[in-house]
Amino acid sequence: MDEASRIAELIPRLRRYARALVGERMGADDLVQDTLERALNKLHLWRRGTDLRAWLFTIMHNVHVNQLRARRELSALEGEAMGLPVRATQEAGIEARDLERALGQLPLEQRQVLLLVALEEMSYEQAASTLGIPIGTVMSRLSRAREKLRLLMEGLPASGRLHIVK
Amino acid sequence: MNGLPITEGDLQAWVDGRLPSGRRAEIDAWLADRPEEAARLAAYREHSAQLRALYAPVLKEPLPPGLAAAGRPRRALYLRAAVAVALFALGAGLGWQLHVSVGARAPAQEAVPRIVRNAVIAHATYSPEVRHPVEVGADQEQHLVAWLSKRLGANVRAPNLESVGYSLIGGRLLPGEPGPTAQFMYQGKPGTRVTLYLRTDATDNRETAFRYAQEGNVRVFYWVDRKLGYALSSSDIGKEDLLKIANATYAQLNP
Repeated sequence: MDEASRIAELIPRLRRYARALVGERMGADDLVQDTLERALNKLHLWRRGTDLRAWLFTIMHNVHVNQLRARRELSALEGEAMGLPVRATQEAGIEARDLERALGQLPLEQRQVLLLVALEEMSYEQAASTLGIPIGTVMSRLSRAREKLRLLMEGLPASGRLHIVK
Repeated sequence: MNGLPITEGDLQAWVDGRLPSGRRAEIDAWLADRPEEAARLAAYREHSAQLRALYAPVLKEPLPPGLAAAGRPRRALYLRAAVAVALFALGAGLGWQLHVSVGARAPAQEAVPRIVRNAVIAHATYSPEVRHPVEVGADQEQHLVAWLSKRLGANVRAPNLESVGYSLIGGRLLPGEPGPTAQFMYQGKPGTRVTLYLRTDATDNRETAFRYAQEGNVRVFYWVDRKLGYALSSSDIGKEDLLKIANATYAQLNP
């Protein structure tokens, strides 16, 4: 199977991840589309035998960061929550919407790690190489993401509590 | 306990089921004496499962045409670019026609008009709300409309947008300059939301064409119709779909 077809096969997973990362449907599909265009244009840079999925996710993260930068939302990269619109999925119940909203309140770098590990079910090594960060950083971001999400879901002031927990 | 000291990393790996069985048994034993830690990790596991369940349906959604095309070889991309250009031209043409048909000329490029800014802020604030998107629900529509009319000092109506697939959720009163303003919220089938922001525009009794603005990811069509200024906003749908709803809104308000 050629790479373009393998990429096409991965589109649903890219969409799922983008939906969770971005929050709303249109923005997520825009992100997937830009990711696919860049991937197809840079396909010659992909090293055969390496993980195509990880490569695509790396591109998606770069495109996403560029999109945010273009929107001057740099604060999100510096660890501030984004306050995302939170209607990613159809007919989500109240509990699901709470989860979407809590996810949207995680800083981007924590949301990326949590989604790669929990949603995409990557190993910590894969997540580290996808994000280009050391595995120790993956672990600490994962731990912070999960605790913040838990506190948000319990309706506790996560930002205040985190310093104590840490 | 005869193993290595237990780290937060071990606990995360336990949550993700990524520990070798021996180590997992050690953690299980450690957790048995620590109900608070066990509850914390159980919550993490639960959230992972919820995340997968929440987003699983996306895997089965049919691809929108743009994305389906993007997965094909490059020639298709050029074709798609051509289609995008054509759509843009069509949109521009539509805008131009509306302009002419509705009448007045748009003023020269100006800073973001206040109605757009206020509408965008109101949209961004309330449309993501899960539990309290509106002050008064659509089940009390008559009361809502009478109340808002009274507070705005103008005859306010909530257009019926069922013909374009949007149902009224309700509305709310908002502070504004010089007087109060109002917002109606609508929801479409896939959970997409649009808001209609209204304010009195007593300074000039006139009509304007639809104008379009985008602030961040919020798209807005706005216009003035006699005593009221309107701004229709959404961050969930594209310009063309929003224009359809704007047209339906205008038609409903001017039967």
